[in-house]
Amino acid sequence: MKKFSSLLDNLILTPSRKNKINLLKDYFSELDRDKAYALSILSDQLSFQFVKASKLRKLVYEKVDKNLFNFSYDYVGDLAETISLIWPKSNKKMTQSLSLLIEKIQKLKKNEVNTEFSKILDQLSHNERWTLIKICTGGLRIGVSERLVKTAIAEQYNKSLIEIEEIWHGLKFPYDNLFEWLKNRAQKPKISFKDLFHPMMLANPLDKEKDFKNLDPKNFQAEYKWDGIRIQLMVSSSGISLYSRNGEDISKAFPDVIENVEGEAVIDGELLVGKNFKPSTFNDLQQRLNRKKATIELLIKYPVFIRAYDILFYNGKDLRKLKLIERRKYLEKFHNQHKKNNIDLSPVIKFSDWNSLEKFKNNTMDELNEGVMIKLKDSQYLPGRKKGFWYKWKKNPNYVDAILMYAQRGHGKRSSYYSDYTFGVWKEKELVPIGKAYSGYTDKELLKLDKYIRNNTVNRFGPVREIKKEIVFEVAFDNVFPSGRHKSGVAMRFPRINRIRWDKPVNEVVTIEEFIKEFKIY
Amino acid sequence: MDFINHQLFIKDINVHIDPILPKKIAIITHAHADHARYGHDEVIATKQTIDIMKIRYGENCAKKYTVLRYGQKLQIKDYQITLYPAGHILGSAQVLIEKNKHRLVVTGDYKVGKDETCKNFKSIKCDTLITEATFGLPIFQHPDPKEEIKKLINSVKKNRSSCHIIGAYALGKAQRVMNLLRQNNYSDTIYIHGSLEKLCNYYRSQKINIGLFEKVVSKDRSFYEGRIIIAPPSALKDRWSRRFPNPIICMASGWMTVKQRAKQRGIELPLVISDHSDWNELLDTIKKSKAKNVLVTHGQEDALVYYCKQNNLLSKPLSIQGRSDEEIE
Repeated sequence: MKKFSSLLDNLILTPSRKNKINLLKDYFSELDRDKAYALSILSDQLSFQFVKASKLRKLVYEKVDKNLFNFSYDYVGDLAETISLIWPKSNKKMTQSLSLLIEKIQKLKKNEVNTEFSKILDQLSHNERWTLIKICTGGLRIGVSERLVKTAIAEQYNKSLIEIEEIWHGLKFPYDNLFEWLKNRAQKPKISFKDLFHPMMLANPLDKEKDFKNLDPKNFQAEYKWDGIRIQLMVSSSGISLYSRNGEDISKAFPDVIENVEGEAVIDGELLVGKNFKPSTFNDLQQRLNRKKATIELLIKYPVFIRAYDILFYNGKDLRKLKLIERRKYLEKFHNQHKKNNIDLSPVIKFSDWNSLEKFKNNTMDELNEGVMIKLKDSQYLPGRKKGFWYKWKKNPNYVDAILMYAQRGHGKRSSYYSDYTFGVWKEKELVPIGKAYSGYTDKELLKLDKYIRNNTVNRFGPVREIKKEIVFEVAFDNVFPSGRHKSGVAMRFPRINRIRWDKPVNEVVTIEEFIKEFKIY
Repeated sequence: MDFINHQLFIKDINVHIDPILPKKIAIITHAHADHARYGHDEVIATKQTIDIMKIRYGENCAKKYTVLRYGQKLQIKDYQITLYPAGHILGSAQVLIEKNKHRLVVTGDYKVGKDETCKNFKSIKCDTLITEATFGLPIFQHPDPKEEIKKLINSVKKNRSSCHIIGAYALGKAQRVMNLLRQNNYSDTIYIHGSLEKLCNYYRSQKINIGLFEKVVSKDRSFYEGRIIIAPPSALKDRWSRRFPNPIICMASGWMTVKQRAKQRGIELPLVISDHSDWNELLDTIKKSKAKNVLVTHGQEDALVYYCKQNNLLSKPLSIQGRSDEEIE
């Protein structure tokens, strides 16, 4: 228990991804029953029937004055941490392995929980208590994704991440088959088909000058690049799962997809928000993302559907070795057979040469796509980002000049530099923020901006500095939508700093009304 | 008790305690910037507090200085003023004010735990207690600082190619961390941010064991591998900290109790070392004072006021202007 709780403690405080992976590699360098439990905790698979958040609150009220607890909880903002800190110190100490402790709790009967679980909390150190309560309440929130765990295991045991991602959802405690394979004592685990995730085929950005010289438009199929999230849908009579691009199971968050599909297939496509297959903005989709479950209101207000562009399996048959155009026929067939599915097809764009395709790519703003995808008609479905098969060709960005308003320090490589910028345009004599960007500038420009910001701060709000309104950015962005959540009423997609216009006077920057009019943000 | 108002002002004798703005007569409990300010006509404080104020603000930061030793009585009209050790930092004091047999204590910032860098806290019986409550929540139960320092020393041993940068307030905490390192037999030179130098020199002149220290200077990056550097918290996030090899960012503060707070601040190795009393020490101090009336300032007043009322004491929060934030020392 001590090892696992210090792993979590270290993970939560380690900002760098590389160091997090090293901590995980170190922890999983030996594989035993403790590690199996650890894996099921890190992939959010373990919970105790009788010990939930509400039960824990009851237990703590028996030990600590309720009002004092609530003052504390209000301050800390995290139930596990508040309970672990406020729990009265005790001299009874117990060292027990993670697995023994978990099994002990699992065996507790409902009427034993009150006294026995309290006893266990007494016997743990503060950090172990925190870990145990985190396990009970679920959702560790320690800044470690499942993908990071998979990556660490792949690195530690010289396996490819793609192989691990594929079988991940079919693995169950106690992970014997996985561990034996990692130790090279057995074959890769055989996973039932419905639990497989098939790592996705990814596109490379198109370099117009370089790539088109060698590409014959006749050999390519084009589609729009939809502005949603990439998903893989596994639909079969034995179960339905929806996976994100990284192979995280997001089924529970999208019952409106899961409950409205049937057939036997694995579909590659885009998850979009919209009614009657009419996509809405990414902004709307964001309301549905990063949630474990969707509320009824969200389901009604922001219904989702799938826009399919590829098919990997059809009626049990693996299509991945077929050519794209052949797979497309299967996709259309599947779609025709299941008209009631909450799935439509991403249309194929007819074009004769690259110039005519470019017109589609730069289509008007109200088409909710980010550009076009160009796919080799003969391409098999190959996992990863292989070169020469699929390309993404993004729309030319839009530009607006805006004034730097606020700056905040960045993370990672840029931590301690003021590298996150909020910029705005005029509304009468004031500025309203229209977006935030943290990329696009060179390292040299960053240093210059950082210095300027430090010398020209007019106000501070916690970590945020308000800056003298003097610097004009030329901001590039992919798209802009109306937004009820932002003061200015607009929300940008992928804004980045294209240029810093040190010379441009701020009074030449547009007003919000002009901006809305120019980009037709209604 | 009605002789002092919510701004810690004793009108009868025109004396303020730790005023924010320049005043005629100011009793200063200790030299942290949120208590000791520049520009009073007369400052009444311990010798060490006055020395440190002069170091920080210059010789002429007040027009007149009145040194008051711990336990020495000062009579102003029918008021008697006495300072007692508060155990917070070097020179820190509680203020006992007596008038017509009513005893009122203003604790200033204080801690009950042992500390080799200053005179330790003395419990005083009184009728009215004005106590701080920086850590006035039952979640704050400070661990043994020696154990916290061991964590640091272990991490230094384990990460030979890194340097450890410890955020610690320039006055008090920095020197306490140095002293704790020495108590745990860490004998290497400790490197300090330039802003700590004068204060470290002063602590040394007062025979506080902080051992060998040197100001950080630009050197080959590898020079600082395996070293301990102490800097004010503001420097941690600054470009200053980027000159060091694989820095591990540490922070010595009572706030480090809460993991999420440490994470928010980008602290990799939190050290729960506090110069304030934790919850149990606050309660203990209240009990030992035998005060019937407890006023609570500085920090998390609500829970402590609630506790006092539950225990049949008169109690209310005092909100003193200009101090409510965690950023205070």
